[in-house]
Amino acid sequence: MNFIEARKLVHEYFRRDEEGNVEGITTALDGVDLDIEPGEFVAVLGHNGSGKSTLAKHLNVLLRASGGTLWVGGKDTLDENYLWDIRQETGMVFQNPDNQIIASVVEEDVAFGPENIGVPTDEIWKRVERSLSSVGMLKYREHSPNKLSGGQKQRVAIAGVMAMEPKCIVLDEPTAMLDPSGRKEVLEAVEALNREKGVTAIWITHYMEEAIHADKIYVMDHGRAVMKGTPREIFSQVEKLESYRLEVPQMALLAYRLKKAGLDIPAGILTKQELEEALCRLYGEIGEKHVDDIR
Amino acid sequence: MSMILDKVNYIYSPQTAYEKHALKNISLKIEDGEFIGLIGHTGSGKSTLIQHLNGLLQATSGGIYYNGRDIYEEDYNRKELRGKVGLVFQYPEHQLFESTVFADVCFGPKNLGLSRKDAELRAFSALRSAGLSEEYWYQPPFQLSGGQKRRVAIAGVLAMKPEMLILDEPTAGLDPKGRDEILGQVKAMHQELGMTILLVSHSMEDVANYVGRILVMDQGSILMDGAPKEIFKRYRELEAVGLAAPQATYLMHGLKEKGVPVDTGATTLEEAKESILQAFIEAGKFPPHTS
Amino acid sequence: MIRDITIGQYYPSNSIVHKLDPRVKLMGVLLYVLSLFLFRGPAGFAAVTLGLAAMVRLSKIPFRYMVRGLKAIAVILAVTGAFNLLLTPGEPLVSFWKLKITEEGLKSAGFMMVRLSYLVLGSSVLTLTTTPNQLTDGMEKSLRPLNKIGVPVHEVSMIMSIALRFIPILIEETDKIMKAQLARGADFESGNLVKRAKAMVPLLVPLFISAFRRANDLAMAMEARCYNGGDGRTKMKPLKYKGRDGVAYFIIFGYFAGIIMLRVRL
Repeated sequence: MNFIEARKLVHEYFRRDEEGNVEGITTALDGVDLDIEPGEFVAVLGHNGSGKSTLAKHLNVLLRASGGTLWVGGKDTLDENYLWDIRQETGMVFQNPDNQIIASVVEEDVAFGPENIGVPTDEIWKRVERSLSSVGMLKYREHSPNKLSGGQKQRVAIAGVMAMEPKCIVLDEPTAMLDPSGRKEVLEAVEALNREKGVTAIWITHYMEEAIHADKIYVMDHGRAVMKGTPREIFSQVEKLESYRLEVPQMALLAYRLKKAGLDIPAGILTKQELEEALCRLYGEIGEKHVDDIR
Repeated sequence: MSMILDKVNYIYSPQTAYEKHALKNISLKIEDGEFIGLIGHTGSGKSTLIQHLNGLLQATSGGIYYNGRDIYEEDYNRKELRGKVGLVFQYPEHQLFESTVFADVCFGPKNLGLSRKDAELRAFSALRSAGLSEEYWYQPPFQLSGGQKRRVAIAGVLAMKPEMLILDEPTAGLDPKGRDEILGQVKAMHQELGMTILLVSHSMEDVANYVGRILVMDQGSILMDGAPKEIFKRYRELEAVGLAAPQATYLMHGLKEKGVPVDTGATTLEEAKESILQAFIEAGKFPPHTS
Repeated sequence: MIRDITIGQYYPSNSIVHKLDPRVKLMGVLLYVLSLFLFRGPAGFAAVTLGLAAMVRLSKIPFRYMVRGLKAIAVILAVTGAFNLLLTPGEPLVSFWKLKITEEGLKSAGFMMVRLSYLVLGSSVLTLTTTPNQLTDGMEKSLRPLNKIGVPVHEVSMIMSIALRFIPILIEETDKIMKAQLARGADFESGNLVKRAKAMVPLLVPLFISAFRRANDLAMAMEARCYNGGDGRTKMKPLKYKGRDGVAYFIIFGYFAGIIMLRVRL
């Protein structure tokens, strides 16, 4: 059974002029279908303004559908009664690390979620410890968030979500404001949570390299989910991705260009290792043939 | 015509618990018309360095000479320097404040004391150079998309007609297409307007693709200074300071180790492609159907 | 400059003062401040000095670090001192032009400056040893009775703790925007008052926009983490009095009673 299931999900809002009169209707989501199974790591790619963030906010019921249906954890998001259950089960991490940390001490921030849902004090302490160590931030528990690096702040935000013991975590461009090492540490933390704790992860990004290890990729454009598939399937369609203002990972792009130039490279190459092996194999064969020819 | 830094040191909050030696003995010469990439781990002193180049921060010791003049001289016009050395900060769209895009871009030239007409003429050409389509010029900047706002902010600095343009991670947070577009515009400014460019970037791929010279900073010092090929050859040293070479370079080294005779100096995808094809041609079996 | 303000900045340590219940510390600071306005004579002076010394000592905060907080109010100190010195009537000791310094003036200036510095130092012990969250927790709980007359105590304390968290962020942001506008040739320093006020527009507009954006983001992040007002919330660090808090209350009240007695007797 799907953990998240969207059918023809639509989100529209009114554009208003300065006097507050309705100028027109903007369709931010335009009939999105989504099927996410428990425990999956799903990447959502899309250019700025493609509707990725709007979609993310629906998963946590920060926004509600204006059309279609969205079920999260078997609960209808349109049913008011499930609101807090869904928010607890599906946590959310946002782009700007500074704007989602509420407390002035790391551990107190992580406790914020559990406090809100009425977890008893002893249990809060356990959860804070567990979730901070699950993202490798336990030793910073008494620090001020202001003194942490961007990657560390995002890991604290993730710990804050994990302390609510969610089944799913939605990350809305969590790495957009980080440097490469910060990006790496946040991605690794979420991959570990997904692998070891079986938390369903929905990773929204426009860094293609971060989607290489996903189980599944959705590509968004103009409020629609225009592509869906495994990383190999998605990243072998270079021209199609470019038409959606995206690109493919560097090595996939090189493989594509070599193939276009006439080298017999297999489809679906994503990483440096894969390309290296493919080229070596090819070179070996050619080398041997070359020797044969000379004979 | 150049910028020279002579043993520049900078210390933050001296004589307090927060004292930090942010720049250590930086000596540097930037020639007219260069396209330089500045790389370094977060906190290595990149931002501090670029703020010295337009006089926003004053060195604790050492000298900076622009076009042969000491910028720390009593009668040196620092405001004029800021016009000549344009600095585009990270997320520059956060500095927009006027009610229309056009008015915002006029802010810089007006501050330089230009007449309204001249300021507007400059705003026109700056917005064109930044590649913002005309339909947005008279809209409030806050209604534009992130990429468009960034162009407005860059135009705001361009309108001061700088001879040298410093950009601190101009592509942060943009999608791949937006990133290529901005860097394409910067390249055009370099080639067509002859501007000296200093690009601060975290993306080794971008640096490899665009610049002619790389400065590597670590802990307040310049660790390396040279052409991209020379710098990325020393990828082990780069890794030691939290940086890396472009992926293409790693691929080439891997291939070479495994016996494919490619050029390990390749840093861009195009160079890598050419070198790989060359190796296959020399091995005799490429192009595939001609032998 | 702005970074030198030690008021409101938590200084981590595990001293006995850090461990006290914030309600005790709030009461302590309140009574200490009152005592500064009540004490009389050298004995009283000795008592308030001892009180401060004891607090600082027990809090294990380097005294030099605390004194830096005084720098921020140096101007206020100087002005108050000068006013008291020059405007107190009495027998002139020295006089020049239209001004005269009297013995009473000297005394009252001295007293005033001591009072003010002790006040700042004493209250900074509270903020240095108490995290903003503990502080607001303490206030929330101490002021809970006000809830009955319709004061939204939880909301107010939440607003305060968030404000405290965002002050350093907004200071940094101000610095960034200021530099960005300087790079565009802005001038914040020269010209008359009107011109200077006008020069603030390019700084204030982006700052407000950014503050609103942050507020919006934060509200969303809080909602996503199931924040739904104060009802039904539990606490990670609930306030519970311990033995040491009782002892502290005893000492505080004892100190205050002593000050009053000194005042009554003298």
